[in-house]
Amino acid sequence: MKILVCITHVPDTTSKIQFTDNNTKFDKTGVQFIIGPYDDYALARAVELRDQTGGELTVLNVGEAETEPTLRKALAIGADKAIRVNAFPKDAYFVALQIAHYAKEGAYDLILMGRESIDFNGGMVHGMVGELLGMPSISPVMKLDIEGQSAKMAREIEGGKEYIEVDLPFIAGCQEPIAEWKIPNMRGIMSARTKPLDVVETISDETFSQVNAFQLPPAKGAVQLIDKDNVEELVRLLKNEAKIL
Amino acid sequence: MEAVEAKHKSQKQDQFEGVDFYQIDDLLSEEHKLVRGAIRDFVKKEISPSIEQWAQDAHFPYEIVRKFGEVGAFGPQIPETYGGGGLDYISYGLIMQEIERGDSGMRSTASVQGSLVMYPIYKFGSEEQRNKFLPKLASGEMLGCFGLTEPDHGSNPSGMTTHFKDMGDHYLLNGAKMWISNSPKADIAVVWAKNEAGRIHGLIVERGMEGFSTPETHNKWSLRASCTGELVFDNVKVPKENLLPNKSGLGAPLMCLDSARFGIAWGAIGAAMDCYDSARRYAMERIQFDKPIASFQLIQKKLAEMLTEITKAQLLAWKLGKMMNEGKATTSHISLAKRNNVAMALEIAREARQIHGGMGITGEYPIMRHMMNLESVITYEGTHDIHLLILGNEITGIPAFK
Repeated sequence: MKILVCITHVPDTTSKIQFTDNNTKFDKTGVQFIIGPYDDYALARAVELRDQTGGELTVLNVGEAETEPTLRKALAIGADKAIRVNAFPKDAYFVALQIAHYAKEGAYDLILMGRESIDFNGGMVHGMVGELLGMPSISPVMKLDIEGQSAKMAREIEGGKEYIEVDLPFIAGCQEPIAEWKIPNMRGIMSARTKPLDVVETISDETFSQVNAFQLPPAKGAVQLIDKDNVEELVRLLKNEAKIL
Repeated sequence: MEAVEAKHKSQKQDQFEGVDFYQIDDLLSEEHKLVRGAIRDFVKKEISPSIEQWAQDAHFPYEIVRKFGEVGAFGPQIPETYGGGGLDYISYGLIMQEIERGDSGMRSTASVQGSLVMYPIYKFGSEEQRNKFLPKLASGEMLGCFGLTEPDHGSNPSGMTTHFKDMGDHYLLNGAKMWISNSPKADIAVVWAKNEAGRIHGLIVERGMEGFSTPETHNKWSLRASCTGELVFDNVKVPKENLLPNKSGLGAPLMCLDSARFGIAWGAIGAAMDCYDSARRYAMERIQFDKPIASFQLIQKKLAEMLTEITKAQLLAWKLGKMMNEGKATTSHISLAKRNNVAMALEIAREARQIHGGMGITGEYPIMRHMMNLESVITYEGTHDIHLLILGNEITGIPAFK
């Protein structure tokens, strides 16, 4: 089986987020980058499926040269080869176009990625890739098993779970607890040195959107604690100060 | 089983962030950072949640041996052909740093296995010995220990009395070793003993050999999550093929100690960083006189000095790692770094304890555990004072310890 896992290269969840150039650019100073946590779940499950069924696992990232350590980590975790589409990921459609092109070229049986990235949290790329390839795209997938040419999965829905069966090939946006994150071991890191990491060019520069400016969320206000017996005060504050009643 | 695990697991999340004030990360390769990140994640997952309880209970979590093997913490500097990691010395140092950030006892388990058991078998062993033991030691299927120190010979190992006689088809080993990390659970021991001519040789003694026992040392106030014991040899018949053939003399065990001490020079930085990280957070959160104690000059002085000393130790360790990679590091170079960095870590642990006030006394914070651990680390693998004398000998050419 040929598996493709698409990963994002995103700021660590504890990073301090700041912007420069009149709030139009993300300030990378001092920021640690990681594999997108949801993509990391997808990768972990893909390594398990590859080990079970044999075959080959490729990781792909749309990004500039600075994302290569992230791809190298994916190789250390267990991917067999890596592809970097050499471009800044401008928007979800731009990224989906590149993925769809290289996914078609590689004729993968299974295309996994996170349910969303954790930088822009768009959660759109898997759907777009499905549309571009004419394949089913399912998200958020929290359980995935392959049996022959079909897959059984559980998807999170409002207030419960949905159990789906679908034929290969398809695309899935993954989340926990599909697998446990894998920590690369030292032998994996060693072998990642010699695994292929191919750099390829973009297929199209088309985008659907552009960023005009970023804004940080407003600072959190102080917490006011109200005695449990003082319901009138709570109602008064909700009415007069929070103005939500 | 789950209930037992739950009892051991702390609800507190390990929020440790590395310390890199001088952008020393720029001196590391992407691979070094990947190694460090992997071991940091491993420690947060496998050690931090349980370490306080293990230390309180004086419990050596034997299952960690297999986990260390899986992640590749045993013998990362040993070639891959023998199951090692094939990594460089800076990677090895970073691994030791991250494990000791979790706990010095855990790091001791890994140091002994990698530098004191796998290293001599790789360096001085026969091809048969390498193939027989190294892959199992690397994977954690086997645990090893190293017997050099004796009850009456600590800083003076050349005075050892453990000895063996050539009996024709085997050697007959007699004597005792003390303060041996891993010994109560070890499957094999690399033992240094004198032959009839008084020459020191290394022998691999295997558990189950008649007359070989490993009594545990109880009631330690330090390295409580690692096991320590003795090695007792009462007419142990050691097969001739278990003698390490390729080096003899005191230089052989001292080479092993060089490798382990190098790891300790890095490991101590880990313990220091954990104390600093905890003290910094505590100082920001603890309110006295209506403001965080971090706003007081005396607390800031302590934190500023910690950061300064950690930064100096990091640069020392990095340069020593470069020299190790190039084969240029000498015993004296290693002594300087081991001595400086361990003393630095112990001092930081003590200062951090003061910042934490009474909380620093409890097992709610890692401080007192690190402090007590470091009391062993400053003594084992060459005491603080002996390393000074090694440097004194280097400077003057006059050995003060003979």
